[in-house]
Amino acid sequence: MKILTGNDLKSGAVVWWDGQGWSLHVDDAIDVADQGAQLIAREEGAQNVFAAYVVDGEKTAEGVRPAHIKERIRALGPTVRPDLTLKPADPAALNWVI
Amino acid sequence: MYKYDNYDQQMVDTRVEEFRDQVRRRLTGELSEEQFRPLRLQNGLYLQLHAYMLRVAVPYGTLSSAQMRMLGDIADKYDRGYGHFTTRQNIQYNWIKLEETPQILADLASVEMHAIQTSGNCIRNISSDQYAGAAADELIDPRPYAELLRQWSSFHPEFLTLPRKFKIAVIASDTDRAAMRLHDIGIQMVRNDAGEIGARFYVGGGMGRTPMIGPMVREFVPLDQLITYSEACLRVYNRYGRRDNKYKARIKILVHELGKDEYTRQVEEEFQHLLSQGIEPPIAELERIKQYFVDPAFETGLSDELDLSDPDFRLWVERNTEAHKQAGYVIATVSLKPVGGIPGDATADQIRLMADLARDYSFDELRVTHAQNIVFPHVKKADLYTLWQKLDAAELSTANLDTIGDIIACPGLDYCSLANARSIPIAQKISERFVAKQEEIGEMKLKISGCINACGHHHAGHIGILGVDRKGKENYQLLLGGSEGADTSLGQITGPGFDEDGIVDAVEKATEVYLAKREGDERFLDTYRRIGMAPFKEALYG
Amino acid sequence: MMSEVQFRFRDDDPVSDPAVTVDAFAEQTNATAVRVEPGDDARELLPHLDRLRLIEVNFPAFTDGRGYSSARVLREAGFDGEIRAVGEVTIDMLSHMRRCGIDAFAPEKALNEADAQAAFDRWADVYQATADGRQPIWAKRHPA
Repeated sequence: MKILTGNDLKSGAVVWWDGQGWSLHVDDAIDVADQGAQLIAREEGAQNVFAAYVVDGEKTAEGVRPAHIKERIRALGPTVRPDLTLKPADPAALNWVI
Repeated sequence: MYKYDNYDQQMVDTRVEEFRDQVRRRLTGELSEEQFRPLRLQNGLYLQLHAYMLRVAVPYGTLSSAQMRMLGDIADKYDRGYGHFTTRQNIQYNWIKLEETPQILADLASVEMHAIQTSGNCIRNISSDQYAGAAADELIDPRPYAELLRQWSSFHPEFLTLPRKFKIAVIASDTDRAAMRLHDIGIQMVRNDAGEIGARFYVGGGMGRTPMIGPMVREFVPLDQLITYSEACLRVYNRYGRRDNKYKARIKILVHELGKDEYTRQVEEEFQHLLSQGIEPPIAELERIKQYFVDPAFETGLSDELDLSDPDFRLWVERNTEAHKQAGYVIATVSLKPVGGIPGDATADQIRLMADLARDYSFDELRVTHAQNIVFPHVKKADLYTLWQKLDAAELSTANLDTIGDIIACPGLDYCSLANARSIPIAQKISERFVAKQEEIGEMKLKISGCINACGHHHAGHIGILGVDRKGKENYQLLLGGSEGADTSLGQITGPGFDEDGIVDAVEKATEVYLAKREGDERFLDTYRRIGMAPFKEALYG
Repeated sequence: MMSEVQFRFRDDDPVSDPAVTVDAFAEQTNATAVRVEPGDDARELLPHLDRLRLIEVNFPAFTDGRGYSSARVLREAGFDGEIRAVGEVTIDMLSHMRRCGIDAFAPEKALNEADAQAAFDRWADVYQATADGRQPIWAKRHPA
């Protein structure tokens, strides 16, 4: 699947396109298929998000998993500070990244 | 240390207002991200992997305790309770909100700090010897010259959109503690045969994907021509540096392609022209700046005796302190490299504690080192044990300076949007693996970069590690034989790379070769230089 | 395409002569206006400054700073005609351009007047001496 990501203009937070808006959680990401460029133009134009781009991902039993490690680190948080990630209490989260 | 006058204060205050206005125009949509990006970068504001990142300048690595305390408060108030000290003596925060940035800059300005030109294709923060003003081996204090250059380079209207970033370091001793020749301009303050002080210029050094050691372009620039000569070096670069390829845009490529002699000829021609333009501040300005760098009120007649009966304290003294120019005093370094920790990170509480300790035990002064540690430059030996006890209670007493545990590492793929591989986990595993062998291995500069841009100085490590992306997987190349001291050299890649655990094993094998082959009191680097790469390759790949 | 001069800091009459390229200028001995591109060597114009009334300096992108050096080279050689910034001239470049000796501005896209005025007025003092005649901070600290 193709998933769309970017950063919130004011906070800089990593966000994912969920079909209606932008979510902090990669599991909410939907397949944007070939609509990525169009969505980027619209959403960046409306100042909702910036630095947006499309990445490859797959839908697994556990949720949406970006294909590249860089995007998985973006999705979760720094692997060396589990306490600052989106899943601080989940020791399995790190395995998902690597 | 330097104090702002009304002019300096007004300059940083004006910059805060300018940036506040730029952020306003960005949020209203008047500025697109493409237009805003170079503006925010010139204020040290990046977009990194998880959020905006703000890099705050620590000019020539010198901080007062009030400034240090503010750095801790900013970490709590606007970030997530910690900061990261960098290889260019700065500090960066990883979780910054765009809307709050003008207020952070205003808070910084209240203690004479800023984030001006800590990124972007302009003249960056001027770095220097972390032991400046304290080292027993220095000719003079290099910081007044760095401050003169700081003012000249701040908002220099001609040089804000250079082909690429531009880094300057100023030192004044033969022992180079600032990797001076790996800078775009490296300046060593020297004394000529007539006994006058002047500046020796090295131009075109750098790391990155094409590491080069800067050649000397002028042996002696008189003090009353320092700015004019710098301006000539920059103007030739701004006009002729390559802009067609970002990877060939640093001045080292220009100097290399023109040849040192032709570059020097062009600079001399420009310099002769500029001498008539009246751009040089008077010597009185240098004298004014120098007054701020006079020695603190050292006590005289102090004893150099130290009670080393506590073995932990003894080890720390041996590892983490350095001779001071004043009898009875010592330079003490706090290692920000605890075993298994994140190199260069400090919590807000630790930062504030170091601020308090500097106030109480180091004439209110601290330094940031390019090895990502913190220095108390002027500690009375009689206070050293008390200082150490207080550091120890805050887990800041790691005794590993210049050993295999004192690793330089860039933030890597855990934080950086340019990185190809993580650096910090490698540093953590190495520091854990070698904790028992650290003393046996002795002096070791181990440096890790998560991509070819080399923020972790891997080319200059006795052992260097470079993270790369191999088909979507992290992979690590090993380099041996780099150095950034007076004997600057660039490390050589051993061969095929390793995975995350493999690279830690590879480092161990390299150290085993050294321990087996070393003669006398050779360091790892000395043994490598004597026996060459072959025995290491044999152990790694044979 | 000619953009209009939006800001001008000169008392003489505006120059409307068409600007030729630096290459063409060498052959056209009657040309009185020239346009300097980032890759041009402004020094080639120095022998002919007395017959020039207008030098346009093109800034095709915010990130290409060669035009700042070109303008300073011309002013340092004594040129006192109009130096006009053209191309992608934006708010945040204005004060630096002024400092390098540019005294007329013809942005491709007209700028917000209030923002531009704020940018021109922003810096009450400056750290460097350039050919714009402003007294740098170091000179104010040490009056002769």
